[in-house]
Amino acid sequence: MFRFIVRRLLQLIPTLFGLSLLLFIWLRRLPGGPETAILGERATPEMRAAIRRNMGLDEPILVQYGRFVRRLIRLDLGTSTSTKRTVVTEFVERFPGTVELSVAAMLLAIGVGIPLGYLAARRRGRFLDHASVGGSLIGICIPVFFLAYVLKAIFAENLGWFPASGRQDPTIGATRVTNFFVLDGLMTREWDAAADALWHLVLPAVALASIPLAIIVRITRASVLEVLNEDFVRTAEAKGLTESTVRRRHVLRNSMLPVVTSIGLLTGGLLSGAVLTETVFAFSGIGAFIYEAISQRDYPVLMGFILIIAVVYVLVNLLVDLSYSLIDPRVRVR
Amino acid sequence: MRATRPKAAIAAVAVAALAVAGCAESDRDDSSGGSKKDTLVFGVAGDPKVLDPSFASDGESLRVARQVFETLVRPEEGGTKVTPGLAESWTPDAAGTTWTFKLRSGVKFHDGTDFNAEAVCVNFNRWYNAKGLMQSPDVTAYWQDIMGGFAKNESPELPDSLFKSCTAKDATTVDLTFTRVSSKIPAALMLPSFSIHSPKALEQYDASNVGGTAEDIKYPEYATAHPTGTGPFKFKAWDVANKTLTLERNEDYAGTKAKLKTLIFKTISDENARKQALRSGDINGYDLVGPADVEPLKNEGFNVLTRPAFNILYLAINQKGNPKLADIKVRQAIAHALNRQALVDSKLPPGAKVAVNFMPDTVEGWNGDVTKYEYDVEKAKKLLAEAGASNLTLKFHYPTEVTRPYMPSPKDLFELLSADLKAVGINVQPIPLKWSPDYLNATTSGTKHDLHFLGWTGDYGDAYNFIGTFFDRQKDEWGYNNPQLFAQFKDADTTADAAARTEKYKALNKAIMDFLPGVPVSHSPPAIVFGKDVTGIKASPLTDERYASAEFKS
Repeated sequence: MFRFIVRRLLQLIPTLFGLSLLLFIWLRRLPGGPETAILGERATPEMRAAIRRNMGLDEPILVQYGRFVRRLIRLDLGTSTSTKRTVVTEFVERFPGTVELSVAAMLLAIGVGIPLGYLAARRRGRFLDHASVGGSLIGICIPVFFLAYVLKAIFAENLGWFPASGRQDPTIGATRVTNFFVLDGLMTREWDAAADALWHLVLPAVALASIPLAIIVRITRASVLEVLNEDFVRTAEAKGLTESTVRRRHVLRNSMLPVVTSIGLLTGGLLSGAVLTETVFAFSGIGAFIYEAISQRDYPVLMGFILIIAVVYVLVNLLVDLSYSLIDPRVRVR
Repeated sequence: MRATRPKAAIAAVAVAALAVAGCAESDRDDSSGGSKKDTLVFGVAGDPKVLDPSFASDGESLRVARQVFETLVRPEEGGTKVTPGLAESWTPDAAGTTWTFKLRSGVKFHDGTDFNAEAVCVNFNRWYNAKGLMQSPDVTAYWQDIMGGFAKNESPELPDSLFKSCTAKDATTVDLTFTRVSSKIPAALMLPSFSIHSPKALEQYDASNVGGTAEDIKYPEYATAHPTGTGPFKFKAWDVANKTLTLERNEDYAGTKAKLKTLIFKTISDENARKQALRSGDINGYDLVGPADVEPLKNEGFNVLTRPAFNILYLAINQKGNPKLADIKVRQAIAHALNRQALVDSKLPPGAKVAVNFMPDTVEGWNGDVTKYEYDVEKAKKLLAEAGASNLTLKFHYPTEVTRPYMPSPKDLFELLSADLKAVGINVQPIPLKWSPDYLNATTSGTKHDLHFLGWTGDYGDAYNFIGTFFDRQKDEWGYNNPQLFAQFKDADTTADAAARTEKYKALNKAIMDFLPGVPVSHSPPAIVFGKDVTGIKASPLTDERYASAEFKS
């Protein structure tokens, strides 16, 4: 197990170098550079040239890449060209928002999706089954940003039940410790701040959860149906085990493997949905910031953020792989 | 015991929550809760980039700076005229190169130190003596725009400095000396980039130490966390994780104290999201209102304020890429082909006007007596035929994914004008590009852009800030070389007498409209909106709204 983890982590190193080289070349091939974005309408050719020279953008790409790698080895990701703050600072302040949102969305998708998929399978062909299969189809079809707008228009703008923007009411004046607002509220016993942060999470999390939820429902349903027809289920029932034991210990557990795999992949995919959700709800996270960094040609932010996200993605999938062994002893890693 | 696993998990979570609870100190200031009626939350389109306006050129940083800092002179409320700020009065000497400013007394910085002539000189000397990375054009953009260079220029591209020296004659009298006469003085000194900072805070937080390496510029602590001025609001906190910046009332302010206790700027980049946040009560106002939203918001009872138009949208013509465009007749034909009035009526917000000069008529030097190119399809066709350009194809660049105060919905504007051009027989090849950086790059460098939209919002009330910015030298945007015009600009800029200078600007506007480097299209008034219960704010053409005078109707 330990060696498996180490091996997987070591694999990260060549992956990251390959990714960084590709990214580096791609980004530099984009027309225009940060100098135009920084200066806007006021750019003169002299100013542009001076900035390019200052930033070392007039040197050959490989020289620039070499410098980037030398710094990367020292874990220095540089500073943002648009905000002049370090990439790490930007990440530390913005990533918690995306994590909070993604975790809330995933908890919602798992907490609702697995029971719903399971029940749909158990009542195959009945109303609940049709409703959840049909509903999940709609969930997959509706674009996230559209759902986000609709949710906001109804529940924030018209009914006023939920806030329309941001992560927390700024007039609360909450204390910041980790930038995970809910956690910060608990840590500092500012219960109102934690509750307000949770309140702000509801609509964006529902919007972001729509697609994973729909996929989890469908995969759970299909998987449970398959397992229900397995010989060992019939055997377990024949042995005289109670229905609830059969369901919980044999059916549900055996059907979880594909569901967990898809949860791992969906978690990585949440980021693309988060870009839209964060923009619509003015939610401070990395999604919206990366999008902005592209138009600013903020190379250090793009490089740094995408590399860190790659690491996070690999780690999440490592956790997923490890969780297989908890669910199914047959795939226990050695 | 397997069945207990879920219970164990729940127990573990509960234990973890208990362990976490209360493990950090709350640093909440209980007074900050207060009544909502003295806290205004204002929605802005972007995070400020930096809190020291010496290093800022983006609108959001300047908006914050205008509440925290003050300048020697400032625009009149709701206008562009130069009025007293930290200086009560100012007079130039006979040569026009030394300006004496009489300062207000009894003014204190937020850190309790005194504002005086000495402090003014510390600030000017700080900018003038900038070294190393502080000379980078992305750090001190406005200083370089107005003053040119520094005491010791470290780059051959930098021009000589306009600023020469600062002398504190007594506590409330200061002399600023310049190397030559310039039309920019004193109006440019109202820019937030010339805000006066507390010398003590500048030193304490190492404000001039722009560090890092050239490709990795890092701002000093002062610029990110300790801006210290004399303004009606003090900086309190910048919460990047929540996209909010909080200011609080300066209780020791020398002038009329702010009515609000707390002013919060909240970043909501999406225009629709700002509107929804206003309607749901998350925010009490926002800037950059879409022209289509002005009437609906008014009808709902919101306070929509229209800023006097202080901008210009123009259609630029590049004379280098396409030789036909170097022919004045072709340029005149393009001008006659455009139905600018129809564009203003159908696509721009109420109050917009067709432009006659490349600057708005509120700026001195505007000239109504210039060649005007009325909408005339037949004349355009005739001119094209005379120039032998009847079968002309032009690459027309327009930006996507952007609205500028002078240019709402560029695509709509493009469609109208390209239809006009087609009507006189010009083939249009549309080239849509993403505003930043693709569009800006393509239109301000190279030679491939035949026609494109661009515009400008004035920084301060002076003709040179408009027409000088566009036409005072050879630029890739226009692709012409007109030494006579350039000389005329230099002459106007260095004329000390204001009345004589105004005449020279008028002559310049006439010369420009005869030469017709492009077609001035329109001036549009941008809108800003406040909640139904917010009063006291006057819209400013320079976006210099004074939030200190805002209050809630009770």
